[in-house]
Amino acid sequence: MSTAPSTEARSRGKSPAGERVADWADGRLGIYSLAKANMRKIFPDHWSFMLGEVCMYSFIIIILTGVYLTLFFHPSMNEVTYHGSYVPMQGQLMSEAYASTLDISFDIRGGLLIRQIHHWAALIFLAGMFVHMMRVFFTGAFRKPREVNWLFGFLLFVLGMFTGFTGYSLPDDLLSGTGVRFTQGAILSVPIVGTYISMFLFGGEFPGHDFVARFYSIHILLLPGIMLGLMVAHLILVFYHKHTQFAGPGKTNKNVVGMPLMPVYMAKAGGFFFLVFGVIAAIAGIVTINPIWGIGPYRPDQVGTGAQPDWYMGFAEGLVRAMPGWEVNFWGHTLVLGVFIPLVVFGLFLAVIALYPFIESWVTGDKREHHILDRPRNAPTRTAVGVAWITGYLITLIGGGNDIVATHFHLSINAVTWFVRIGFFLGPVLAFVVTKRICLGLQRRDKEKVLHGREAGIIKRLPHGEFIEVHEPLSQEQLHTLTAHEQYRPVEIGPTVDENGVERKPAVTEKLRAKMSNAYFGEDSQIPKPTVEEYKEITSGHGHH
Amino acid sequence: MKKLSARRRHPLAALVVLLLALACTGGLYAAFAPASKAQADETAQSLAIDEGKKLYAVGCASCHGTGGQGTTDGPSLVGVGAAAVDFQVGTGRMPAQQPGAQVPRKKVIYSQAEIDQLAAYIASLGAGPAVPTKEQYGPQGADIANGGALFRNNCAQCHNFTGKGGALTHGKYAPGLEGVDPKHIYEAMQTGPQNMPSFPDQTLSEQNKKDIIAYLNAVNGEDTESPGGLSLGGLGPVSEGLFAWLFGLGGLIVVAVWVAARTAKAKKS
Amino acid sequence: MSSHQIPEENLPAEQEAPHGAVRVADEENPFADPGLPPHEPRVQDIDERAAKRSERTVALLFTVSMLATVGFIASFVTIPHDKSIFVFPLGHLNAMNFALGLTLGVALFTIGAGAVHWARTLMSDEEIADERHPIEASPEVRAKVHADFKQGAKESVIGRRKLIRNTMLGALTLVPLSGVVLLRDLGPLPGTKLRHTMWSKGKLLVNMNTNQPIRPSDVVVGSLSFAMPEGMSEHDENFQSEIAKAALMIVRLQPGDIKDKRELEWSHEGIVAYSKICTHVGCPISLYEQQTHHALCPCHQSTFDLSDGARVIFGPAGHALPQLRIGVNDEGYLEALGDFDEPVGPAFWERG
Repeated sequence: MSTAPSTEARSRGKSPAGERVADWADGRLGIYSLAKANMRKIFPDHWSFMLGEVCMYSFIIIILTGVYLTLFFHPSMNEVTYHGSYVPMQGQLMSEAYASTLDISFDIRGGLLIRQIHHWAALIFLAGMFVHMMRVFFTGAFRKPREVNWLFGFLLFVLGMFTGFTGYSLPDDLLSGTGVRFTQGAILSVPIVGTYISMFLFGGEFPGHDFVARFYSIHILLLPGIMLGLMVAHLILVFYHKHTQFAGPGKTNKNVVGMPLMPVYMAKAGGFFFLVFGVIAAIAGIVTINPIWGIGPYRPDQVGTGAQPDWYMGFAEGLVRAMPGWEVNFWGHTLVLGVFIPLVVFGLFLAVIALYPFIESWVTGDKREHHILDRPRNAPTRTAVGVAWITGYLITLIGGGNDIVATHFHLSINAVTWFVRIGFFLGPVLAFVVTKRICLGLQRRDKEKVLHGREAGIIKRLPHGEFIEVHEPLSQEQLHTLTAHEQYRPVEIGPTVDENGVERKPAVTEKLRAKMSNAYFGEDSQIPKPTVEEYKEITSGHGHH
Repeated sequence: MKKLSARRRHPLAALVVLLLALACTGGLYAAFAPASKAQADETAQSLAIDEGKKLYAVGCASCHGTGGQGTTDGPSLVGVGAAAVDFQVGTGRMPAQQPGAQVPRKKVIYSQAEIDQLAAYIASLGAGPAVPTKEQYGPQGADIANGGALFRNNCAQCHNFTGKGGALTHGKYAPGLEGVDPKHIYEAMQTGPQNMPSFPDQTLSEQNKKDIIAYLNAVNGEDTESPGGLSLGGLGPVSEGLFAWLFGLGGLIVVAVWVAARTAKAKKS
Repeated sequence: MSSHQIPEENLPAEQEAPHGAVRVADEENPFADPGLPPHEPRVQDIDERAAKRSERTVALLFTVSMLATVGFIASFVTIPHDKSIFVFPLGHLNAMNFALGLTLGVALFTIGAGAVHWARTLMSDEEIADERHPIEASPEVRAKVHADFKQGAKESVIGRRKLIRNTMLGALTLVPLSGVVLLRDLGPLPGTKLRHTMWSKGKLLVNMNTNQPIRPSDVVVGSLSFAMPEGMSEHDENFQSEIAKAALMIVRLQPGDIKDKRELEWSHEGIVAYSKICTHVGCPISLYEQQTHHALCPCHQSTFDLSDGARVIFGPAGHALPQLRIGVNDEGYLEALGDFDEPVGPAFWERG
């Protein structure tokens, strides 16, 4: 009560209306202490830091357009005869879901646009999350204290895949129905419980009468609800940790350099929402997506060639397509390895990238906070692991569209499949080796630049006739930026005899860690960065340039 | 992929179609004009067979044998009928140029009159499906929606939902159906060229075929509307995904670079 | 995953200097951080005319947005929703979708472009450094929280009253079971549903295109047709689920071309009837190549040789397509001589 007089004074004065509203809210919600911490929050400027925003905004766009679509979509598999305005479907039997999607596309003004925005935004959302995740990976932004946020982001990506898949299946068209059938077949392959899960999910035999309604509640309620929560948590953590930044003059692990939220990022980030929405709306006005009217209503005995899922499921599709048809029969049971192995590999493949931060932190044993980003070249092994992972992903993605690849590049579909089968194992290994080499080369070049300066492009002739290229020394800023990264030393196995002279057998994990650490930071895995002594020795005395 | 769909919207496409149509009409005229002269009917027919035989001996016999009995290089033509000849030669597939997984559609090198003569000769070797008439494949009395249902049941598995084509085993493929003469589509269903199975009238009636052709014309014809905009080749999620990455996310990254870039500083002076 | 087994000196090298400290470059360390570069003004900061130009640009962008919104509403109201227009590189498209998309896109984009241009040219672009603080709490706070927790736990007596703890854990473990039980009615138990189809002895093969029973003479070599069991209609309640198992693909081979003995026995004059449902994950498979007798699945490219018992010759399918045994009835129509003798479609655990 002691503050009452001052509050009175504050609101009774001639303060502007906005301030009075804010005061009112603060008295009830405590917004001022929140604003104090965040209103002038600093964000560093870099285009790659905006990838996450692309995701967030496309997610918001998806929610907005999705709510609109629920007003017109009928999640029902009841059979109806179509009488809408799309002539090539008139009089055809179809589910209400398909018919209402045709209505949204042809009989509701703007419905087609919103449907297309919704679908384009979904593809871009997933693509954005993928690139954002790779940005975080290659710059080491997942290191302490951000491991949990990495997992949140990863979960968002995986949930996004399934939300996309369930949404894609809702119109009950021939293409998406084929995808659902594939899912059901994959579920059947699960040992012991497969048939039960399938019966429960579809309310009986495939396709039954239930899956559209069930997918609908999963698509519009369950998954987006979880995702919204995760996204809010993800953002809170970004604010709480403060954004990472690249090394540079004045940028340290103990500060963050950039522009304040109010006003610059309010305008930039707020504006970026409109830019993203604008671009997606324009695309939806110009380019068609998933023209279900041309695909036809789902019938489990019909199919069209070129049956692919949306791109984010493409790598799962590729795994399934490349797998040989292994099936084991024993004691009256069937183990459908040809489907079940890809299903497991799908999970493992994603888990590898999700768990990577924990593996790396175990190898380095580093428990410090990291807020300065790595340049990918300065972490050659991590970068190589990432590129290898992407290579595996891309090769299976190609496998997911092997028929389109075959027809458009005049190849045999069997050859493409064999390429994927071999490439899935060979490609990542090659990519790993090549990437590591390139990183080391770039590190060498950086070192060269620090010690000998930048090639000026000016050729000089010396008095005795020799031609040399002038190297300009780097500025202080550049010198700092190029030498700011840390280099780890490989971990060694500790002494095998302890202080009391008792022999100690190093644990297996300890040996493994030493081995991995050596692979990460040994002589062949990084170029020692130039030292002050080296620099001084070269720059002093010689007066070469 | 943009190119692919743009091609049939090409300003010259209309011209090409017009020329083709003219050539067809001319050919049909040439074929039917003598027939209308009642008395000379039989003579004309045997004349055509003779002419066809000569053409056959020059252009076809090396693979299909001198009497159409077939060799190791080409199947027997006895009983394939005039429709098969009209399709194979009329779409430029025959004469084949080089061995491969599949004989592709090419420039037509025979005139329609010559094709008719060839067809007459082959038909004389053994009974087979005749070249369909315009009433059989024309749009009158066709049920487009039913054609769609039939297309999805019988054709879409190889030729894609709207007839964009697709891959078969070992480099073979089902070709795209845009810009294909309705007559040739009809003949293909009737005769089953190369690896395509045939759909004889007993299992896919004349009316069914007519419906299918009408449906194709509605969803994959010259003036077919793509309501949502650029159709990206009608290839589905692969081209959509590529577009989302290159132009969707790619475009947004360009925008992001602009948003995050430093504004130019005033020159120091 | 901790590093407690590894002696301190083997941990990765720390930076020589305290991490992140700002130091002035000097003779001693030419690589030291020179600190934030001094702020340089933009044209707009020193030239009011340039600033005015920026202001006008921003205002123009916002105005364009307003106009585009007006255009959006006008398009919505005036354009007939089924009007088709030809736009040069795009082709024939729906006029309303095109107009709405472009106007909405422009209306939104110019708001964003205006705001960003404003921020980039007129708002202060001076870089500010904000201090970071360690995420983990100070030792005092840590100790306090631990003490508080212990105090709370002690006051709750949960450690001493084991009976309470154990029964509570039991109750909490059991209560979600009611949720699991409630899910039971999501669907029936599998039973033998996946093993049976609508086919049975004497059922005629009905052509799906003509809805007529099929005579052997209708099926010529090289042709492809699809059949369903007689008595089935698209309007049936369970048509979709039944056709998903019963769909049939019929081809005719020269009896001499049939390599598999059983296939020949189960055929009629070279006419063979195979399940249309792929044994991999259930796509309808009917990409039949009449010269090679191969049938390809468009979903995952499993390839079956229809002249050799439909065995798998490529791709991820694990077993051959089930064949339906067919014959001819008294009236000369093709009929089934029984159900498939194995489950059709994808394999599953109980298939055996």
